[in-house]
Amino acid sequence: MSKDYEVVIGLEVHAELKTQTKIFCSCSTAFGAEPNTQTCPICAGFPGVLPVLNKKVVDLAITTGLALNCEIPNICKFDRKNYFYPDSPKAYQISQFDMPICINGYLDIDVEGRRKRIGINRVHMEEDAGKLVHQGDITTTPFSLVDLNRCGIPLLEIVSEPDMRSAQEARAYMEKLRAMLLFAGVSDCKMQEGSLRCDANVSVRPIGQVEFGTRTEIKNLNSFRALERAIEYEAARHIEAIKGGETLVQETRTWDEEKQLTRSMRSKEEAHDYRYFPEPDLLPLKISQEWVNSIRAAFPEMPEQAQKRLVEEYGLPEYDAQILTLTPDSLAFFDQCLKQYPDAKTISNWMMGEFNRLLNQNNMEIGESKVTAAGLVQMLKSIDDGTISGKMAKMVLEEMFATGNCPEVIIREKGLVQISDEGTLLTLIDDIIKTNPKVVEDYKSGKEKAFGFFAGQIMKATQGQANPTLVNKLLKDRLNHIQ
Amino acid sequence: MALTIAEVEHVAMLARISLNQSEKEQFALELGLVLNYADRLKSLQTDNIQPLDHILPVSNVFREDVVIGSPDREDMFANAPMAEDGQYRVPKII
Repeated sequence: MSKDYEVVIGLEVHAELKTQTKIFCSCSTAFGAEPNTQTCPICAGFPGVLPVLNKKVVDLAITTGLALNCEIPNICKFDRKNYFYPDSPKAYQISQFDMPICINGYLDIDVEGRRKRIGINRVHMEEDAGKLVHQGDITTTPFSLVDLNRCGIPLLEIVSEPDMRSAQEARAYMEKLRAMLLFAGVSDCKMQEGSLRCDANVSVRPIGQVEFGTRTEIKNLNSFRALERAIEYEAARHIEAIKGGETLVQETRTWDEEKQLTRSMRSKEEAHDYRYFPEPDLLPLKISQEWVNSIRAAFPEMPEQAQKRLVEEYGLPEYDAQILTLTPDSLAFFDQCLKQYPDAKTISNWMMGEFNRLLNQNNMEIGESKVTAAGLVQMLKSIDDGTISGKMAKMVLEEMFATGNCPEVIIREKGLVQISDEGTLLTLIDDIIKTNPKVVEDYKSGKEKAFGFFAGQIMKATQGQANPTLVNKLLKDRLNHIQ
Repeated sequence: MALTIAEVEHVAMLARISLNQSEKEQFALELGLVLNYADRLKSLQTDNIQPLDHILPVSNVFREDVVIGSPDREDMFANAPMAEDGQYRVPKII
């Protein structure tokens, strides 16, 4: 990133709401059904049908507004956004234009120890479109197939202010927003399944310039990494164009994950003539203070409150607290462990370290794993009582992760019991000292490496099962007593 | 004031309607009349009048979030010009 320029980023996030039914009809929203088995004349856009709003959608939208510190005006309404595309059988999308349900909020993010406030311009309710399947590429396919199951699934569009200045900040915003939506219980936020989607508006300007540069919108960002990479790529592209005296065009671009670059999709001018007008088939919404208050009263613990609790009550570092509160499942797992095991930092170390490594490796969330809080605690206790070493524990955890077996069974089956019997260890130590007089000399003359050699030999002789703390103690003792 | 032919062509393109020359001229005139009428409304004094959210004096009409099964897929396809593999088949898009 060139020092003379700054990148300006705003994000538009679509979150699928966690409802049983669609926004305007009683079809199921369950994921993964056979194509077109969850549609009806309303969501399939038959003439003459009338939409009826799902109350749960409004509840979840208000919840989101409160989580994002928004104002919730007492009146809002729906509008029609008109466009022709085969994923939208009505040829318009019911959305909200000038009177959205939530406005003027913010989200605080932490990047490299600094806190920054990102403005939320608006949150509005709308319906999702259907899914198109092409035979290969859209430009060469002879025809396309349409599945309308997703058509009419309730979405929230959350629009940030252009307040972010780096790809890192954009990622932090997205992660924090995801955590908020998960904790508030409004969305599953599965980026891979498309229940959380993100478009980035990116522009670049010379440092000190007040006006924004020409912006482009990047679509198809379905992971945090894609978001970060695409912004970095796009910002570099803009800077290069500006330096080379090229004129940038305002356009929509798509992120090509395979080639790691952005490609032009269509120019914006013509595409954006949506001719919004008030939706005549739906009545306005009046949102009373009582309604908002009743939702506020039932609010769950949010990430920031939980972080405060972890730091103040259990003495965890801020960083640990932030990582453990990225999802409600992770926090619940930690809390469950803590009920049965007193050392918060040890739990945190294992969750953020070894356990997290296994999750990432397998592309899994904590809730999908076979490792239970009770299992992890049992494993930690086995380390404490000397049954297994920390190194063995890593193997045990891997096995727990793979099979779901409890640590006791794994330790027994794998014969992982640690040797903590002093007599047994001393016999081994004496033996090794006797057969290596040269190394003993080295040790005596102050060579630290010699000690490591002996410790290593003992671990080798016991196939890693000797209690390392005890081996160190006994070994030092014996060596220091040799004249 | 009548619309220009270019404006009519733009609106027709957005609505995916094809018009011949005499239709374009006709709509330039007729759409102009509609806009004139809107201009007349604009000239009314409305400072002390609450905006109307909807023609009906009703708000907050909801459904509960309860699944009612969807109709049979084959019935849904009855009016579809083409369907295959449980999906609607549409002509090449771009």
